[in-house]
Amino acid sequence: MRDVGIIGIGQTPVAEHWGRSIRDLAVEAVQAARQDAGVERVDAIYVGNMLSGELAGQENLATLVADAAGLLPVEALKVEAACASGGAALRAACLAVASGAHDYVLAVGVEKMTDLLTDGVTAALATAADADYEAGHGISFVALNAMLMRRYMHEHKARHEDFAPFSVNSHRNAARNPRAMYRHEITPEDFMASPIVSDPINILDSAGICDGAAALLVAPASEARRGRRPPVRIAASTCATDTVGLAERKDPLVWQSVADSARLAYAQAKMAPKDIDLFEVHDAFTIVSVLSLEACGFADRGSALKLAAEGRIAREGDIPICTLGGLKGRGHPVGASGAYQLVETVLQLRGEAGEAQVKGARVGMAQSVGGSGSVAITHILTV
Amino acid sequence: MELPRYHRMRRALYHLEGSACAACGGRFFPPRSVCPSCRKGDLAPYRFSGRGTLYSYTRVGQAPRGFASLAPYDVGMVRLEEGPLVTAQLSDTEGVDLAIGMPVEMVTRTLRDAAEHGYIVYGYKFRPLLRP
Amino acid sequence: MKTTQEVGIVGYGAYVPRPRVPTRAIAAAWGRSDEARLPVREKSVPALDEDSITMSIEAARSAVARARVAPDRIRAVWVGSESKPYAVKPSSTVVAEAIGATPWVSAADLEFACKAGSEAMQAAYAFVGSGMAGYALAIGMDAAQSKPGDQLEFTAAAGGAAFLFGPSPEAVARVEGSLSYVTDTPDFFRRQHMHYPEHGHRFTGEPAYFAHSRGAAQGLLESLGRRPSDYRWAVFHQPNPKFMRRIAAEMEFTEQQIAPGAVVDRIGNTYSGASLLGLAAILDVAKDGDRIFFCSYGSGAGSDAFSLLATRRLEEVREEAPSVRDYLARRHEIADYGTYLRMSGKIRLL
Repeated sequence: MRDVGIIGIGQTPVAEHWGRSIRDLAVEAVQAARQDAGVERVDAIYVGNMLSGELAGQENLATLVADAAGLLPVEALKVEAACASGGAALRAACLAVASGAHDYVLAVGVEKMTDLLTDGVTAALATAADADYEAGHGISFVALNAMLMRRYMHEHKARHEDFAPFSVNSHRNAARNPRAMYRHEITPEDFMASPIVSDPINILDSAGICDGAAALLVAPASEARRGRRPPVRIAASTCATDTVGLAERKDPLVWQSVADSARLAYAQAKMAPKDIDLFEVHDAFTIVSVLSLEACGFADRGSALKLAAEGRIAREGDIPICTLGGLKGRGHPVGASGAYQLVETVLQLRGEAGEAQVKGARVGMAQSVGGSGSVAITHILTV
Repeated sequence: MELPRYHRMRRALYHLEGSACAACGGRFFPPRSVCPSCRKGDLAPYRFSGRGTLYSYTRVGQAPRGFASLAPYDVGMVRLEEGPLVTAQLSDTEGVDLAIGMPVEMVTRTLRDAAEHGYIVYGYKFRPLLRP
Repeated sequence: MKTTQEVGIVGYGAYVPRPRVPTRAIAAAWGRSDEARLPVREKSVPALDEDSITMSIEAARSAVARARVAPDRIRAVWVGSESKPYAVKPSSTVVAEAIGATPWVSAADLEFACKAGSEAMQAAYAFVGSGMAGYALAIGMDAAQSKPGDQLEFTAAAGGAAFLFGPSPEAVARVEGSLSYVTDTPDFFRRQHMHYPEHGHRFTGEPAYFAHSRGAAQGLLESLGRRPSDYRWAVFHQPNPKFMRRIAAEMEFTEQQIAPGAVVDRIGNTYSGASLLGLAAILDVAKDGDRIFFCSYGSGAGSDAFSLLATRRLEEVREEAPSVRDYLARRHEIADYGTYLRMSGKIRLL
């Protein structure tokens, strides 16, 4: 297998893009990534997206994007792994290049969520859950996470305010990311005053509905070293799965797919959690950050809240997370989020993260999670 | 109109019918055709008693499309006395202080807004014990 | 009047939904200040996820549990209701499937205003009595309909009961005979396209409820050579507390005889469910050897009377399922008329 590097990145601002369609957004990110790399050649394009069928009435999406971006007749495939679709697109691109099947491959994550009313989006998001035994019973995605959070609080005697540091951290970092959707800082008091969505989850526990696209151009590491941008190497790319139905796990508070994909990634990269300089966590809800940090070995079971309380997740801490705002602060255009996490990790490793820069960052981990912990895709990038 | 889907699911919806593994004795809900524990395919239908305790719960305020007529409604994860966890709506909870560990029992209720063309879907939900 | 083979009720189950609407809330909405004259204090209404099918399922499961009969031995499921969720599509098939009686079973929905349930009982009695079925289930259940502002809105309630008929040796109450009395009397009706029933006000009294209840009740007593005093308990259809007490008094049944079955006092008129729910409440208290007199009434019009004899088995199986008292004891008050309108589907968008 060949070593793989990232030679170009592009992203649209995350926002409510009322005037732009799913193809407009994807094309903008694709063009930006190609321009960033200064490379014309594209052998294949993998488009990570979760809900184009549900929300835009559009499948056959990858071909649509390839056409709109002027890339015909290249290989174009849509990759879907619920909210981990963006990460899945890079994983597919990585496999294609590592295997030698292709040399220059685009991985795109795109989602256009704001064309539908909220009840339609809520129903669409629930398609990541078990359609027969969760979504079909009116169990929204927020509700699944709320039940996890309540159970976590019960088992570990945690209070709601203990989760505030995650949201505060994401907003603080988003304020320093010009492409983020929520560029305002919040206080723990703001967090506690936020309206409840599904008890105990409130608005500031949750990532919002929005639109966006991000893209990465991938090539053999040897090519990457010759490129115009500082070369970023993909040291690990892994995917692991667990039951789609949250209730079917032995212990719903143990995110085994997340733990498995992290364990495989550490092995591939020959690293341990202590080697990671920053971690783009899938903070769709504060409870997801907590369960992910515990599953990935950054905190023992029941102690991730302490990690946050001690400020260790901040930009200056020993394990900075959501460094450009995360899903909460930058925004969570679901199928695109994984690609944003990777683009942001590349920015940090290149030292191009501006005010949000994590000093001396050389190893970054990005992890996207689909469903309520049913599929996890982890990448470790290095410079 | 998803008539075949609901018809196909009627044993699970009406009887909380899952499966039991002949090889390892594992019991599962929802029904499976391959045992997730021992990975063998020798599973038979198994009906759960419908008695259990509340593992966790929340209230759905922003109902997904198809559930507006019931909103707001409570949902829960129920630890069945036979072992499995089931996620379902909770019924008859207005004015009740829900708590983790609370005993609940299965009832059959309407699951959602009348679906397209007016079809009514019936299925399992859980309520606090009628006779505590 | 009697079947060739001895038949009994082998199991019974009741259902009353938890929400209750105080009638003063209805009076307040319609500007009625005569609170003292409200027929009942409160009435039961279905929760948002309930209808006559879900309520029938729970009552049926209780009946089967008390009977300790394997549900696949039930040969008929008949549901009497005037609040069928579907105009076309049987409720009875859903109930039969949900209790595990399918597929070797007869199933049908019966309609005869408030006596649809007792019509199902008589059919079940005959089906078992003819030898065609080992067990047959009869249900009377309603989420009663009433036009907003109409007098009926103060009483129209939700609930009912299910009775499983089977061989006499397994009976919790043996059936001694049954008689119907029917004429064409247009006191109350609803056509298919109408949301709410219409009624003939005072015409629903003497020529309708009283004449038919009297006809069936007297006819059955005469044919059995019995008098009201031969019975320990009695139950009549109960559209309101007044009608039920007036027919009982006229026939010389005492308040003691009807008191345990007077469910209307607590939750209002459950239409097809009313007399059956009253009978279930009586079975909750009856002892071995108690005679029970039952008489329904349905607009249109007619009455079905039954004579029953409680057995020792009744007391043995009583605790296998919730009693009517259990259902009456659980309640959640819906104090505002707006919420009540929403819950009873009376708010129509567009």
